[in-house]
Amino acid sequence: MQIDFRSVLLALGALGALGLIFGAGLAIAAKKFAVQADPLYAQVLGVLPGANCGACGYPGCAGYATAVSKRLVAIDKCPVGGNDLLGNLGRLMGVKAKLAADRLVATPYCDGGCAEAPTRFSYEGIQDCVAVVALSGGDKACQYGCVGYGTCVKLCKFGAITMDDNRIPVVDADKCTACGLCVAGCPKDIFSLRPAGKHVHIRCRSHDKGAVVRKICSVGCIACGLCVKACPVDAIAMSNFLAQIDYEKCINCGRCVEKCPTKTIHSGL
Amino acid sequence: MARTFVGGVHPPYRKGKTCFLPIERLSAPKTVVIPLLQHIGGINAPLVAVGERVFFGQKIGDSDAPIACPVHASVSGRVIALEKRAHPNGREVLSVVIENDYADEVHPSVEPKNMDDMSPADLLQWIREAGIVGMGGGGFPTHAKLTPPAGVTLDAVLLNGAECEPYLTTDHRVMVEWAEDVVLGLRCLMKVTGVKQGYIGVEVNKQDAVAELRRAVASARDIQIVPLAVKYPQGAEQQLIQACLNRRVPKGRRPVHIGVVVNNVHTAQSIAHSLRTGLPCVERVVTVDGASVERPGNVLVRIGTSFADVLTERGLTSEPYKLLSGGPMMGIAMHTPAVPVCKCTSGILALSRAESPATEAMTCVRCAWCIDVCPMLIYPTLIAQYGERGRTEEAEKYGALECHECGACTYVCPSHIPLVQWIRLAKSDIYARRNRG
Repeated sequence: MQIDFRSVLLALGALGALGLIFGAGLAIAAKKFAVQADPLYAQVLGVLPGANCGACGYPGCAGYATAVSKRLVAIDKCPVGGNDLLGNLGRLMGVKAKLAADRLVATPYCDGGCAEAPTRFSYEGIQDCVAVVALSGGDKACQYGCVGYGTCVKLCKFGAITMDDNRIPVVDADKCTACGLCVAGCPKDIFSLRPAGKHVHIRCRSHDKGAVVRKICSVGCIACGLCVKACPVDAIAMSNFLAQIDYEKCINCGRCVEKCPTKTIHSGL
Repeated sequence: MARTFVGGVHPPYRKGKTCFLPIERLSAPKTVVIPLLQHIGGINAPLVAVGERVFFGQKIGDSDAPIACPVHASVSGRVIALEKRAHPNGREVLSVVIENDYADEVHPSVEPKNMDDMSPADLLQWIREAGIVGMGGGGFPTHAKLTPPAGVTLDAVLLNGAECEPYLTTDHRVMVEWAEDVVLGLRCLMKVTGVKQGYIGVEVNKQDAVAELRRAVASARDIQIVPLAVKYPQGAEQQLIQACLNRRVPKGRRPVHIGVVVNNVHTAQSIAHSLRTGLPCVERVVTVDGASVERPGNVLVRIGTSFADVLTERGLTSEPYKLLSGGPMMGIAMHTPAVPVCKCTSGILALSRAESPATEAMTCVRCAWCIDVCPMLIYPTLIAQYGERGRTEEAEKYGALECHECGACTYVCPSHIPLVQWIRLAKSDIYARRNRG
């Protein structure tokens, strides 16, 4: 077979020339129409955690970085970054950040799993807490407790929540960033953010009277009031048949844990 | 050829056990629990107090809300409680509990009415006062349906005798046994709305009902019996209109916007019954069926009788695996048999394990079968996937709110994906978002 080298060279030459012309065009356009990027934006985005969880209320870290760099929003809206982030952002933006006293951790305030709290009916629908709660408030006999279908596990962007064998969520405090997605997404409002340094918790949300709780959950608060009396610093108050700890007063002494007859109050986590 | 609509499915009908059995009257129970909410709309306020004696047919709850319908005592006796009780909608609803004294002493206000002596406005008021709501399962207050918005002229009243849900034969028996009342009720609806032409759509698996209705209509030209092909969901309002009148309801509008009012045949029968006797809506026909029921059939039940009472009366051969209010396609599983029969309870199904096979959802194979059968011509699989991921804005964009939850998509899905359940969840989220503003 004979190769026509002239055609080959012509094709190469033509393509090469076109490439040069377009290249020059692009180069000119890049200079002429260049958009001035805010260097601050890139720096802010650099120090943000990059989790894109949306807890700040903006669509991802880029959205928040834009707002921060334009000074449209306070720098303390990211719950994930903690005090490190506050310091970095404060330095970048030239504002003095108020540091949070203690890191927060999401905690489920219910301990009545399959073993402790019976169900009223068997549920076969879609395996999602919101769906089961839409059906008569859920299958648990206790209308305040965790239904255990793991919506919080799906919501957590940091893999900090798992369901244990008893179908109660367990939070890995090291992974939790206190972004609050589980707090907002739980249809039974089981989660709250608490200071990481406090480790005595009343793990119940039930406002049912004690006699009712006794029938439907073995670890529910029966509002007996022993913890209120036992607390040396008056950190526990009874409100609407449920004991609640004021973490600002609590000194982690654990006397309430010893007194609680239903083992609703835990130490640890 | 019998008429029908686009899309739809053919589930096994399983009506044979009950469709030829005459309606039997169930003895009134010892206590009735009458929820103050038995319709779509605002909940009624109680008009009686605990300890008070009430008469049969006495109004015991009413509301000022524009969409609401009063409720009446279905027995005479003493009010023993006024508290929240389990309701077929799955929640707890304020209910009047009446202890039956078995005297059935009728309230003095109850007296027969004559439709010919009443003006359309009087009739409309009477339909409200008699507590008539959509008895096919929807429970929308009938009087509210009959008042068209400004600028709309009604030109057809359609009675729904399709009864496309498997198992249910309530409407079938009502049409066969009380055809005159059904026709009289339709005439009343036509008088109220000023419409000259009425239609009754009946699926052709109910030939005896078609024959009885034709006999009742006789040679009158103003009412037409329309035989419909057997297909689910023929009894859905929009599908029925499409099948009978070949008209489509525009997206986001209601049938009234194209001049049509649709009512269930049992609703029409109740209107006629309430006119003839003066008694408000205090009882209804319920299909009791399912493999766990010893004596299936259609029973005339006082409103407020608990499912447990009905099932005890008809006997249970085994502990039901699932208890449904309504049919198996759109009915709701009950969490307790203590729930009462309401005005819109069309069936009580005590299903065995074999009748309600548990399935496990698998991945969507993108066969588009759900799209083929969807009578609303939306994309169930897409909406369900958006719903599952919590992206309800997109679900709304693809027509989630068009869905009337007939469940045809879930029925055909070869991967057993609970499509309609996800769509329902997406819808509730969309409505919640709208309510937040």
